[in-house]
Amino acid sequence: MAAKELKCRECGVTYALEARYVCDRCFGPLEVGYDHRRPEDPSGIRRRIQGGPQNIWRYADFLPLEAPPGPSVRSSSRLGLPAGCTPLVRADRLAERLGLHEVWVKNDAHNPTHSFKDRVVSVAAARARELGFEVLACASTGNLANSVAAHAAALGLDSYVFIPSDLEEQKVLGTGVYGTNLVKVRGNYDDVNRLCMELSFEHDKWAFVNVNLRPYYAEGSKTLSYEIAEQLGWETPDRLVVPIASGSLFTKIGKGFDEWLELGLITGEPPTMNGAQATGCSPVATAFAEGRDVCKPVKPATIAKSLAIGNPADGPYALDLARRSHGSIDAVTDDEIRAGIRLLAETTGIFTETAGGVTTAVLAKLAERGDIDPSERVVLVITGDGLKTLDAVRGTFTAYEVDANTDAFAAAVGVAA
Amino acid sequence: MAVTVKLPTQLRDATGGQAEVSGEGATVGEVLESLYGRFEPLRERLTDGEGGLRRFVNVYVGGEDIRFLDGLDTRVEDGAELNVLPAVAGG
Repeated sequence: MAAKELKCRECGVTYALEARYVCDRCFGPLEVGYDHRRPEDPSGIRRRIQGGPQNIWRYADFLPLEAPPGPSVRSSSRLGLPAGCTPLVRADRLAERLGLHEVWVKNDAHNPTHSFKDRVVSVAAARARELGFEVLACASTGNLANSVAAHAAALGLDSYVFIPSDLEEQKVLGTGVYGTNLVKVRGNYDDVNRLCMELSFEHDKWAFVNVNLRPYYAEGSKTLSYEIAEQLGWETPDRLVVPIASGSLFTKIGKGFDEWLELGLITGEPPTMNGAQATGCSPVATAFAEGRDVCKPVKPATIAKSLAIGNPADGPYALDLARRSHGSIDAVTDDEIRAGIRLLAETTGIFTETAGGVTTAVLAKLAERGDIDPSERVVLVITGDGLKTLDAVRGTFTAYEVDANTDAFAAAVGVAA
Repeated sequence: MAVTVKLPTQLRDATGGQAEVSGEGATVGEVLESLYGRFEPLRERLTDGEGGLRRFVNVYVGGEDIRFLDGLDTRVEDGAELNVLPAVAGG
């Protein structure tokens, strides 16, 4: 593999590619470093990718695994669930509504457990097996819970999934069904996360995918940028709108484009990055607005529970990326989130969960504010499925109820024959 | 005042392998200072050199992040439990 080390993002100290996630010296987060060489013939690499499996393992050369599952991954659930290769849909009716020229929706609800988390869990689970872990675990706001439980079931590993006790019922049911050990913690996500970190000190055979395997886990998010670039004909888009919870997805999408631009695999400029948060949990958007480079933690209160991380560890890096790329990080209210879900649904036929409502509402806000040049090619990253957060749309429309005859229909609906 | 301080795996080499040590003081800052006296390497690992904590160090008193309280000036009761953890989150 081209991955060569773990490197501290704060102080630069390097470590071997082991189960380590925090710098011993300064507590900074560790990130995977690669030994990629700029290829003489990028088209050869592009052809190899195109000939690869229809899932994220087509990008295995850019992921930190010794022996990634091969092309046969679809044929055996014991190799995990095939994530990625989700649709990138040109959304002309949405663009028209917002007065924009070209908007694309990257619909990651098409993953096996209906969110982008299958990308990160695929990589973390594969690396966990390489490193000899026996159990998969996670602290989750919901989507990760679904994904870890499902991947563990496919791989035949035991799993422990920790969630806040007030999580949406759909996400609870969509986790427990896989036969995991589901633990509802009385507290918010930040409490769950703290508990999991303490447990990780005591259970050294447990891979908490987003704690002690975090450097590997986070790399999985880069496959979103690889896919978008490949689907756009090996080009970068001008701008992306991406939800922010911890800030990891946002920063890794930036890293994915940077890596491929540096290797000459794609053309274009590094895209402008716009982050999206809910007003009820917006520590990164607040720090952006106030010009600070660290985030003050908050107690979340928003319907966008999958983004409800009050203490976002990658916040400083998300702020840096938004500023460096001339983007921004904006927040929208719960009402705007509901309107965002509706806007996406009625203009594209894509039903997204509350996080996607946040992202769509921020796109609408940017368009209204005049931040987006009409000639730009914009990608809206939709990370999860609307069926996971049904409460958000309850009561937002009415249905006709009629007797089963044509007169009753005409009278109630007002459409004459 | 005696306070129990729980340390993450990454810091235990500085305390001779102890996961839990006892500190003295009326505030979080004082308790940590009392530890630096006994386990000098902890100072370099936890502080930013300007009187504050490094930005990826989280400290909790009774399960609450001290940034929701009074930071290093947060008062601690005799017998309180203080928890030092690296900042890692996302899920």
